[in-house]
Amino acid sequence: MSDLFRVENLSKSFGGLAVSRNISLHMPAGERLALIGPNGAGKTTFVNLVTGQLKPSEGRVVLNGEDVTGLGAVRRVRKGLVRTFQVTRLFSEMTPEEHVTLTVLQREGRASRILGRFHGNSAIADEVADLLGALGLTEVARRRVREIAYGQQRLLEIAIALALRPKVLLLDEPAAGVPSSETPRIEQALERLPPSLAVLMIEHDMDLVFRFARRVVVLAAGEIIFEGLPSEVAANDKVREAYLGNYAHARNVA
Amino acid sequence: MQFVAQTERMTAAPVAGRRRWSRDAVGVILIVAAGVAGYFLFPDSLALLTRIIAVALLVLSLDLIVGYCGVASLGQATLFGAGAYAAGIACVNGVTEPLTLIAIGAVAGAAAGLVMGAIMLRAHGLAQLVLSIAIVQLAHEAANKASAYTGGSDGLAGLFVGPLFGVFEFDLWGQTAYLFGLSLLVAVFIILKFVVSSPFGMLCRGIKEDPIRIRAMGAFVFPVLLKMFVISGAVAGTGGALAAISTQVVGLDSVSFELSANALVMLVLGGLGTLYGALIGTVIFMGFEHVVSAINPFHWMTMVGALLIAVVLAAPGGLSDLLDQISAGKKRNSGGRP
Repeated sequence: MSDLFRVENLSKSFGGLAVSRNISLHMPAGERLALIGPNGAGKTTFVNLVTGQLKPSEGRVVLNGEDVTGLGAVRRVRKGLVRTFQVTRLFSEMTPEEHVTLTVLQREGRASRILGRFHGNSAIADEVADLLGALGLTEVARRRVREIAYGQQRLLEIAIALALRPKVLLLDEPAAGVPSSETPRIEQALERLPPSLAVLMIEHDMDLVFRFARRVVVLAAGEIIFEGLPSEVAANDKVREAYLGNYAHARNVA
Repeated sequence: MQFVAQTERMTAAPVAGRRRWSRDAVGVILIVAAGVAGYFLFPDSLALLTRIIAVALLVLSLDLIVGYCGVASLGQATLFGAGAYAAGIACVNGVTEPLTLIAIGAVAGAAAGLVMGAIMLRAHGLAQLVLSIAIVQLAHEAANKASAYTGGSDGLAGLFVGPLFGVFEFDLWGQTAYLFGLSLLVAVFIILKFVVSSPFGMLCRGIKEDPIRIRAMGAFVFPVLLKMFVISGAVAGTGGALAAISTQVVGLDSVSFELSANALVMLVLGGLGTLYGALIGTVIFMGFEHVVSAINPFHWMTMVGALLIAVVLAAPGGLSDLLDQISAGKKRNSGGRP
């Protein structure tokens, strides 16, 4: 099979409550997939299952033909399965430059070295500068994260993820909480993601979904209820029903 | 990277790094100057000053795991005591060369740090703190029971330390011990400044703030923290060995809960996560203790408590943070450091 990434029959229940039911997905290299669904559909749970923060009750996660279900979160990252967080998780006292430098050092297996200066390597400094430049973060590269705009923090989340040179990237609502004036920059960053990278994006903003995704998967109550082209999703009865069940006035959203 | 830079590139020269570097050089010079000033200003209190240096090493070691890794401990004296007893027992058994004794103390402290870290890092938060207390109490009881080796509650006495480099005798006034301790402290401080500004040090800071983010960056948390426990143990053990050499006796108080708790108080007083704070806190706390206990031997702890409350309310980041803000000439920011 030519799929770079596969999820097979993934299920998770807490006690008797099934939060993910029999989810199967496949992504070739270069995929742009959007995962949508009403609140509480189990989207973030799905990301946690895939990245290893949670252990699935059943099913498999396969990366590059290798079953990674038994691996922990750290080992999956090292194999190229990388995520961003719905609410940014950054170090408030560190600069963007330090975040990305630390990430690159980690990728190179040098982050736990006691000997050697943090900023000592010029090849790494160049890579970090390129990456921050590509995401438009050059100006704030040496400001503390708590002093920069939230939209820039979201871009930094993406920069950190890219610094790991992922094969599969899971973006958990990359534009959540960002003021609309800053969303174009996020969108631009998403458009410029490396073409060979397989990207799965969870997003509520349907405009962004339609512009970004080549394929859409709809999750409701922990199950996949639709999989297909973005142009088909709005016309689907099951999808309408799922959204209507939660939002009585969401007729023109779904 | 297949990701092409479209915006301009930053200049790669680490300007911020160089500024920090010169700041640390000034810091080290200030420490040496303060140490030498102490030598000439208080020639009759060198024993006390040497004790302060030994405890400063303990507080520095605590700063490594509390201030840089976010692991709270009320049992740090375990590592100090391990160094003190190892050096003391080695000395009683015929090892009298001071630098060798310090090395023995550092190795014993590091080994104790490895064990203590392996146990404490199994738990998190409050349970972790309770574990640290349990460990120091166990170590205390073990030292008490093993009186054949440790002298038990009488203490381990009869340490005869040879001259430093075969030349400088440890004199009655404690001049050699003090200058030896001061050099040791400065050397350890410089090494630690390198440690905390290394990639490893940065990783520890990241773990302190958000271990989940660090894991999502593909780094394991446990081995990093364990490594810091070992380094911390070596530093605390060095302090313990210095205390043993300079006082020529090792008592049960060197592996006590009280010393552990005091060390944490000194660290909070001085400020976490800067290394300078550890030194400032130790000097202020022990100096204050010395002066006030001479004035009023019954209520000095009350005064120390009042001082601590005043500092915590006026400068939540500790005295070093307060000094930082004064020297930077800016107003205290209302939020303080998280």
